[in-house]
Amino acid sequence: MSTARENILRRLRDSRETGVPVPRDFAVIEERRWTQDEAVARFTELMRAVNTEVHETTRDAWPAKLVELCTAKQVARLCVAGDTPVGKAARAALLETPIETVAYNRDFEAWRDELFFQVDAGLSTAAGGIVETGSLFLITGPDEPRQLSLAPPIHFVVLSRADFANTLLEMLRRHGLAAGMPTNVLLISGPSKTSDIEQTLVYGVHGPKQLVVLLTD
Amino acid sequence: MDKPTKQFHVRIQKALNDPQIRANFRRAMDGLMAKRAKVFPDPGELERLRDLGAAVRRNALARLPELLEQLEARCTANGIQVHWAETVDEANRIVLDICRRHSARAVIKGKSMVSEEMELNHYLDGYGIEALEADLGEYIVQLAGQLPSHIVMPAIHMNTRQIAELFADKLDDVGYIEDAEELTAVARGILRRKFFDADVGVSGVNFAVAETGSLVLIENEGNGRLTTTTPPVHIAVTGIEKVVEKLEDVTPLLSLLPRSATGQNVTTYVNMISGPRREGERDGPREVHLVLLDNGRTRTHADPDLRQTLQCIRCGACMNHCPVYARIGGHAYGTVYPGPIGEILMPQILGCEEAGALPGASSLCGACGEVCPVRIPIPKMLVRLRREAVDNTGASPVKGAGAQRSFAEAAVWKGWEKVHASPALYGLSMRTASALGRLPALGPMKTWASVREVPKPAEKTLHQQLAERGNSR
Repeated sequence: MSTARENILRRLRDSRETGVPVPRDFAVIEERRWTQDEAVARFTELMRAVNTEVHETTRDAWPAKLVELCTAKQVARLCVAGDTPVGKAARAALLETPIETVAYNRDFEAWRDELFFQVDAGLSTAAGGIVETGSLFLITGPDEPRQLSLAPPIHFVVLSRADFANTLLEMLRRHGLAAGMPTNVLLISGPSKTSDIEQTLVYGVHGPKQLVVLLTD
Repeated sequence: MDKPTKQFHVRIQKALNDPQIRANFRRAMDGLMAKRAKVFPDPGELERLRDLGAAVRRNALARLPELLEQLEARCTANGIQVHWAETVDEANRIVLDICRRHSARAVIKGKSMVSEEMELNHYLDGYGIEALEADLGEYIVQLAGQLPSHIVMPAIHMNTRQIAELFADKLDDVGYIEDAEELTAVARGILRRKFFDADVGVSGVNFAVAETGSLVLIENEGNGRLTTTTPPVHIAVTGIEKVVEKLEDVTPLLSLLPRSATGQNVTTYVNMISGPRREGERDGPREVHLVLLDNGRTRTHADPDLRQTLQCIRCGACMNHCPVYARIGGHAYGTVYPGPIGEILMPQILGCEEAGALPGASSLCGACGEVCPVRIPIPKMLVRLRREAVDNTGASPVKGAGAQRSFAEAAVWKGWEKVHASPALYGLSMRTASALGRLPALGPMKTWASVREVPKPAEKTLHQQLAERGNSR
């Protein structure tokens, strides 16, 4: 295989007319800015336009809102992070309710059937929100694994408006990700959807059918 | 599949005479053009964004060898195993070897045009490994035993009724349901199990970031995320041109691609993968492989003009806006990539013998070039490749150049040149045409005239008319 590598690189080097870097001007993206009020309005509008529920709440009130929504949506089992502030607050709030919380504190292989077919919803924390496109910015990891926002049919996300960035560019810079990327970084903009059948928009294909954002102060 | 060139005219005729294909594509293309126009409300912003997108891609191609080495080094440091393939055979072999090492029987796939280029499903099938498409459009096309007719929306040539018939026919215990929502639910149910049973997930790559060793994938359905997260092994296949230098470079491309493709501000998921499951993590594949495929791309890279083909980010806007594509549909081209981008890409991949006729399937109206988010001058390149297809100088960089050259056509143009270079011959030819009163409907003219009015020369030539007018003054 190393032959293929050498051959490809040699041909590219032989062919190269110029190795001069082409300048790139990001101003067209950097100029996209919204005030805090505009940001909330725009984010909410864009999110709702793709069938996302956005609930404005506060850092103290969101667990009660979660209980209310889980009850309304008949969620019997909610998967939460093992050891994050959001995971702990959710567990505390749901303790006195019939809704069972399941911590994602085992390897996927140990409980994949259960996670795929017996969990009604997952709860995760957004690292931020992108105003330009109405997107959640998620960094998965040991506490909040990838499947938490993927396998269950309903995905709840807690997002603080303090974590808004105007654009993805601003968000990448804020988190210094060019210096090193976590295993999996995600933008999520709505529930899973398709229009592969005659351009008819249908929500809920392979990923969650419902996306619910709890927007805190 | 038939060789693209052979039967090309036959397939075009067939498509043009199929009212279902005409209606399905017309409707879909009109919708896509309207949606794109709506998400680019500010022409000034669009042009600046296209400048930036083109600069990002041109920069990557100018520094391609260094960036590929950097990508390899960063990916390797992240735990991603990098493989290089000069041909589709080599790429298929690499995928097969990985599958065999894991005793894989079933592979689940996210949408990937490079895997179509490799005909990977067919290849794996030959070794007893089932490769199942998980993108709904690809799943439909696979079920029908067909190939994608559009690079973004593979099943766009079918309507709901046809898909309902297909599901009822091919799937156990599924009746005729003419409802997109219910059909989607049926596919979801079947495929959910398949993600579980798959030993390996295969995906494409939208952008590979050299700076961080990251693979960026975009999609709406979640099948791409499931494919790259659920099975223990993930293999990403990509062309060598998909690399970008900096992480920030993906931002203009992510702003351009979904808007140009489907008129969405952003896809539901943007999935940035920078390695297999790390210590302490609970899920994700244990192994991630990246297969870098050449398949003619280094040859294209060698020519400074043709190189622009490699700027493509596979949005499909050129086909959505192409009056030819909208009328004949994707299957008529007979190639993996149809439409304007296919017309310039396929002759370079397959050679002019097989695909040299494709650039002819254009009115050169220029719409493809106007909408291209990374400013590929597609109309210019169509003309260039038409020339390469008949070039007999032996100096052409394109594989199989000159294969479309016909003695008769060359002789006609040689004659035209002679006539137009000589005042005497020119005058004679014009007077002869006027005297005849009509052009003879022979040979190619006969075919041409079968659906058009043959131009009628004026009774007197322009020279004669002017001479008379001058005399009468």
